[in-house]
Amino acid sequence: MGDKTDVWQGTLALMVLRTLETMGAMHGYGLARRIEQTSGDLLQLNYGTLYPALLKLEQEGYIHSHWGLSDNNRKAKFYELTKAGHQRVKKATAEWEQTTAILARFLTPAEEA
Amino acid sequence: MRTLRALWSRFMGMFWPGSAESDLADEIESHVALHTDDGIRAGLSAEEARRRALIRLGGVEQTRQTYRERRGLPWLETLGQDVAYGFRVLRKSPGFALTTIFTLALGIGANTALFSIVNGVLLNPLPYPRSSELVTVHASKANFDQGSISYPNFRDWQRDNKTLAALAVAHQRRFTLTGVGDAERLQGDYVSSDFFPILGVKPVLGRLFAPGEDEIGRAPLIVIGAGFWARKLGSRQDVVGKTLTLDGRQFTIIGVLPGDFDLTVGNFEAGEVYVPIGQWQNTALNDRFAGLGLHGIARLRPGVTLEQAQADMNGVSDRLAAAFPQADHGVRAKLVSLRQSVVGRVQPLLLVLLGAVGFVLLIACVNVANLLLARSNARTQEFAIRWALGAGRGRIVRQLLTESTLLALAGGALGLLLAGWGTDAALKFAPLALPRDSQVHLSIPVLGFTLIVSLAVGILFGLLPAWKVAHQSVQDTLKEGGRGVSGTRHRKQDLLVVFEMALALVLLAGAGLTIRSMMVLSGVDPGFDAHGVTRFSLSAPPSMGSASAGAVRAYYREVDRRMKQVPGVQGVSIIGGSLPMTDNDDEALFWLENEPKPTNTNDMHWSLDYIAEPDYLKVMGIPLLRGRFFTEADNEHAPSVVVVDESFAHKFFGDEDPIGKRIHMDGNMATVIGVTGHVMQWGLDNDASSPLHVEMYLPFLQLGDSDLSLKDGLGMDVAIRSEVDSATTMKGIEHAMRQMNQEQVVYGADTMNQIIARTLAGRRFSMILLGLFAALALLLASIGMYGVISYLVGQRTQEIGIRMALGAARGNVLRWVLKRGCKLALLGVSVGLAAALALTQVMARSSMIYGVRAYDPWTFFGVTALLVTVALLACSIPAWRAMRIDPMQALRAE
Repeated sequence: MGDKTDVWQGTLALMVLRTLETMGAMHGYGLARRIEQTSGDLLQLNYGTLYPALLKLEQEGYIHSHWGLSDNNRKAKFYELTKAGHQRVKKATAEWEQTTAILARFLTPAEEA
Repeated sequence: MRTLRALWSRFMGMFWPGSAESDLADEIESHVALHTDDGIRAGLSAEEARRRALIRLGGVEQTRQTYRERRGLPWLETLGQDVAYGFRVLRKSPGFALTTIFTLALGIGANTALFSIVNGVLLNPLPYPRSSELVTVHASKANFDQGSISYPNFRDWQRDNKTLAALAVAHQRRFTLTGVGDAERLQGDYVSSDFFPILGVKPVLGRLFAPGEDEIGRAPLIVIGAGFWARKLGSRQDVVGKTLTLDGRQFTIIGVLPGDFDLTVGNFEAGEVYVPIGQWQNTALNDRFAGLGLHGIARLRPGVTLEQAQADMNGVSDRLAAAFPQADHGVRAKLVSLRQSVVGRVQPLLLVLLGAVGFVLLIACVNVANLLLARSNARTQEFAIRWALGAGRGRIVRQLLTESTLLALAGGALGLLLAGWGTDAALKFAPLALPRDSQVHLSIPVLGFTLIVSLAVGILFGLLPAWKVAHQSVQDTLKEGGRGVSGTRHRKQDLLVVFEMALALVLLAGAGLTIRSMMVLSGVDPGFDAHGVTRFSLSAPPSMGSASAGAVRAYYREVDRRMKQVPGVQGVSIIGGSLPMTDNDDEALFWLENEPKPTNTNDMHWSLDYIAEPDYLKVMGIPLLRGRFFTEADNEHAPSVVVVDESFAHKFFGDEDPIGKRIHMDGNMATVIGVTGHVMQWGLDNDASSPLHVEMYLPFLQLGDSDLSLKDGLGMDVAIRSEVDSATTMKGIEHAMRQMNQEQVVYGADTMNQIIARTLAGRRFSMILLGLFAALALLLASIGMYGVISYLVGQRTQEIGIRMALGAARGNVLRWVLKRGCKLALLGVSVGLAAALALTQVMARSSMIYGVRAYDPWTFFGVTALLVTVALLACSIPAWRAMRIDPMQALRAE
């Protein structure tokens, strides 16, 4: 477990939204696996924390859910981005890029100084 | 926006936990199934795949719990649980709950009652548009800071000022109405045209007086009040244009005022009819020197401050003084805000009372805090167990605060009932003590006040035990078996009792001083014997308005003769000029025989004047010190005479014999024929400090023809002394007057004792309330003392039992308990005395005390003795119980 990273506070929501944006409607388990795969199996997701995060996003109106059937005919709850969700992804992505850019300036070794 | 949406969704989530719960269960089940499928596909056994799936999920129960917390609003749910638990706990100890609730109800109720009075009287804005622009206007002159304005000065002030949007005057007046049912006396006012527009009052029917219609010599018009309209005219819509006969003259109705118009200020009191000032048939209206009891009201121009307007009016006054030195020398317009005029007098008194009632609430809180503290000691084990079972400290503190807030809210609700009842009682008990008392009721701000006070109180007194619980060690408590014997617990309760004893002493001292003031005042000799004296008004029949002076004199003599025949009547005097202990004051101007004639009126000497008939001294019981009083022979044909009081004699004649001295007055020379004792004109408490102190008596029948005439109003005041009770006498008088003439009306009878009592109404009001609050404080403080000592005895039962078994005498036990109570009481008293000495200075400054010093040693000694006695009485019950402890039983209980 040592080389796997826990999910940082607050980033899970963005990962969920971004994954739903690229993949379309997904159920909770699929989402969890997809997030792990996207991270190159570097992230260790505690699946139990995913559901409260999904509930919060749904309460905030960024996603909505409906029951359906999975690929192998299991009953599952599918999540999908709403219009507000799409906007949120755009905005959050921009914010995140800015934050990392700023941090990168601090963390990369100073060359010109 | 998103947060709000989420909050709403969570709030709603609280109410349908069932379906969401099964939905979650399905989702988790589907997650585990999907994960297991993957595991099987990867070659695991079904069992192993499911086990791994569950581990990666992190526990089904934990997931459910975090999910649940996200779904609803956990703190709100906890609050609901706390409230429900609180209710259960309180229901289990009804005695405790009821004591607490009732104690708080007393404290909160008293505060709510007083706040509703303060809110109605002081805080509510006056019910007029932009009321902060309204001012009252007076003439400041020798002897009078807020004297009355002469009509010519009013007109010049009105014309010359630059800062007032409008200026109007009013003068209260009664009229005799004839021609609509029985003849009757109406309360009314003379007003100038701008009076109602300044206040923003609109007629409900017809119109108000137009500019210019208030001038002398214009048509007689009248505006009527809604009450009169309903009472006498059946609220008919066609009254405009009809005429009313007042004092025998015809007035045309032009409008009706709204029913809610209600104002008492200066010399104006909302009445039944309003007549333009120019209709006043008074020759003195054109006299620039005559005040005539006119007071003004004005509206400042927008943006003008009171100071700017005052400066402007000073300039106007100075120019008039230069133009008319005879009359206007030293006369200046004086502006006072309307609010100050209406409520300024009672503001300090109400604020002191509000402070006092706050103390009562503090004491109630301290009592309840003490009860809760004792209770939390008894509950330490309950808390320790809950704690051991996993409840956080925060959760237990929150539970305690919830319970105390529940108690406070229940106390507040009951207090509201008490307040509603108490406010009514206070206002009924002390009528006339407060201006605007019709504004006092339980309004929204008052309800808000009660709610906030209740919540604050609940948190305040709940914090103390909660804080204590939060700092307790679980292990120790569980080991001790919940029996607390550590000294610190008592120390905290002791401190609280000392604190409430101190507060109670402050209140007792304040109440004691007002009671002492009233005692001093009731012993003050007003200079006359009020007992058996009744004052009333009589209006002559309208036909007398145009009668000759001779006929009027004959009429007065006939009135006198008939009244004297009424059974029980010992003396009768028609009176004019001033009337002691009322707002009726009249001044005469004169100069002494050996002085040169003053160049202007304001440089003359001033004296209060009483215009009286020969019986007056006998009626009022005023002592004659020298010479003689008037007789029937001092009439219009005899030389002018005057009787002066001792202050007058001393001021103007020093040690010389005043009898035979002469004074110039009204172009006439009057000879002093007697000296009487001084009568308190300005009220028992104010007379000594008022600038105008000298008095003279003039014979009624020597009044000049124009002064005697009934042309400018038919009313006159009469004073009688009777050996039977006032009500019976007045029946006889009314009967005699009706027999003499059907159109005569007797009205407004008051005994002189009532009139004196009225001057003390404000003082009595504050005395009663302060006394009540102090009694409440004493009661609550002694209950607090009782509670703490009882608790002490209860906790120490075993110890006492052992001591007794070892040979301690019962008397020693009694002494030990009483000593402990006494120590607390004396500590409280010494703190209280220091605080009281500081606070009674505030009362002295707001002139709530009279004739006693703010540190009156007798009062302080008396209230200290009272407090200590009551405190010891409260201790003696548990002390007695301690003495009766059976050592064997106490030890067996171990």
